[in-house]
Amino acid sequence: MHSDKKIKQFNTVILGTGGQGLITVLQIITEAALSEGYDIKSSELHGLSQRGGSVEVHVRFGKKIYSPLIPQGKADLIFGFEAQEALRGVYFANKNTSFLVNKFIVPIPSEKSLSEEQIAKTLNNIGKKVVLVSAADICREKLGTDVVSGIYLLSLAAFENLIPIKPASVLKAIKKIIPEKYLELNVKTFDLARKAMNL
Amino acid sequence: MRELLSNKPGKRLILLGNEAIVRGALESGVQFVSTYPGTPSSEIGNTFFKIAEKAGVYFEFSTNEKVALEAGIGASFSGLKTLVAMKNFGMNVALDALLPFVYTGTKGATVIIVADDPSCHSSAQSEENSRGVALLAHIPILEPSDPQECKDFVKLGFQISGKYNIPVIVRTTTRVAHQKMPVVLSALKNAKPKIQKGKFVKNPKQFITLPPRVLEMKKELLDKIEKIRTFSESLLKFNLNNQKTAIITSGISYLYVMEALSELDINLPVLKLDFFYPLPEKKIKDFIKKLKKVLVIEELEPFLEKETERLAKEANCKLEILGKKLLPEVGELKPEIVTQAVAKFVNKKYSLTDGKYKISVPKRYPQLCPGCPYWLVISAIKKAVDTSKVIFGGEIGCYMLFGNPPVKLQDYLSCMGSSAGIAHGIKKATGQKIITFIGDSSFFHAGIPALINTVFNKSNPLIIVLENETTAMTGHQPHPGAPFNSDGIKIEEVVRACGVKNVKVLDPINQEEFIKTIKEFMAKPDVSVIISKRPCIQIKK
Repeated sequence: MHSDKKIKQFNTVILGTGGQGLITVLQIITEAALSEGYDIKSSELHGLSQRGGSVEVHVRFGKKIYSPLIPQGKADLIFGFEAQEALRGVYFANKNTSFLVNKFIVPIPSEKSLSEEQIAKTLNNIGKKVVLVSAADICREKLGTDVVSGIYLLSLAAFENLIPIKPASVLKAIKKIIPEKYLELNVKTFDLARKAMNL
Repeated sequence: MRELLSNKPGKRLILLGNEAIVRGALESGVQFVSTYPGTPSSEIGNTFFKIAEKAGVYFEFSTNEKVALEAGIGASFSGLKTLVAMKNFGMNVALDALLPFVYTGTKGATVIIVADDPSCHSSAQSEENSRGVALLAHIPILEPSDPQECKDFVKLGFQISGKYNIPVIVRTTTRVAHQKMPVVLSALKNAKPKIQKGKFVKNPKQFITLPPRVLEMKKELLDKIEKIRTFSESLLKFNLNNQKTAIITSGISYLYVMEALSELDINLPVLKLDFFYPLPEKKIKDFIKKLKKVLVIEELEPFLEKETERLAKEANCKLEILGKKLLPEVGELKPEIVTQAVAKFVNKKYSLTDGKYKISVPKRYPQLCPGCPYWLVISAIKKAVDTSKVIFGGEIGCYMLFGNPPVKLQDYLSCMGSSAGIAHGIKKATGQKIITFIGDSSFFHAGIPALINTVFNKSNPLIIVLENETTAMTGHQPHPGAPFNSDGIKIEEVVRACGVKNVKVLDPINQEEFIKTIKEFMAKPDVSVIISKRPCIQIKK
């Protein structure tokens, strides 16, 4: 399924809310991309923005990458760890962009939450491929926690060829980045994604 | 993290800009490091906090940035290689100590990291451009654009500082400090380091700034700067290829320029300035001499643009210089902003259609964590007073979220330590009712002088010290009231020693007592302090 041809450039934006582990997933992507011989740039935000607010991080890899920020409309893949936040990613989307979105809503205080159907419909009008997955529900049901939803989505992206990184590289990076205490849980998450793909 | 100490020259390691700064300092053989945490510089201190012992480096979180710099000055005077790190506003606090330090110069080479935050992602008080400090203090400033340069420029900074006996600033911005890339490691200075002692050798001629000597020192400083300028000229290379149109840039903007040239598929000569100060003026003049027009691409204020205008008067008075005419002065630059500016500059048609979708999602404000002890304080205040009739003084910390809905308990917000200082002024000016907040780390940082002023000059705000036993917002660093593994200084003892009579330490979980005390203290004719003591939910976990 994966060709060994090196891509020129791949841009992915991850959106979510503070505390959803965006930076961990970013780290795993960068390590996996490094192991596949790519140049890499990423951009993240720390500090108060992590306290439950909107968080957006960028990862780019390819032959040679300059800017750590993805230019407007240049994302190849947009991860929404929270479904409403995925909509903010459209700034980076074009008609070939894929969306991989967690069917998971964190209400915005004193605002009416958008429905998953509304979100899917909006994104379908924009990108090439929109995949909504109940990552949070699946992880909670099978693993007892949804903190690994992001790892689940990333693993799915690798298996489903939404990101040009081999699943084996993702697994290797998980083993490198995740502290020993949580490693088993994360490897199980990766396997869960594999099973979901019937692989 | 352990990899940061690996002594494998040539190895490529993915590092955050701030981690690359740490690595650069280690490769330079740094011996003494001090800091006060502040986003986007915090990971420098956090990283040293974890590895200092193993690396054989003395490290401290100081009470504030001025004290951190002073500690660093002492170490430098004693011959140690020193690194001091802070965010932009920390530089304002430290400025009083910085200027004389540039005059005395260093003994142990010293690099100061200053992290700016264009677009104020994590900065409340202003969109500061710390490059301006160079013009005020005559301190060399280097501007890295990516983590590799973070490491290399810290080493270059130590090299310059060691050679010319002058402290050097390495100035980053959020997108540099929080950028990751594979960084090529070089050898660590000392493979098996241990903490080294320096020696202070008396030398009043160097270490005492007093007139008339201080004016001699200024002259010596300006001479040093000219020598460093010559050095900075020698490092700068460019190739004009007989082109008449070109770009001058520095720092993160350079990466956006390269992105733009690739996107527009054009080739323009680019002069990337690594030294903001002293500027390699001769090289800039050479660069612009034969140009017809130049675009200066920099974030925030047009410092480089103005310098280019000045130099063009001598080198090429017909040169058309563009900069802020095509670029914003407010907010950080982005690759698409730079691409559009460059397209306009070269009259190339470029329209951005992708990403232009009109979808509005309501703003998701950061919130106090569920279980945060501050929720209890908020609830007590809302029950104790008519919030429409009381002024609420904000302060730098997680509690500045009190300004957001649904809390809405913040009527002004300025800098570290200012909540009580401003409250005193309002009290004196109006006599209105005021409750001010201050966190424990901020209290030690800059709150104590303001508290003493309310006693000394007699005003009666109610000051609530939110003691959560950590520096929460910047990533849970220790502070004098909550050191890592010993008992801290008791805030109530400090408050009493400052002459405050109405002092109570309360756990806000005891709502009734908290409400009663607020009511009681609001009626006092002199200043009152409630120390709301309950640990941050994040460290309690």
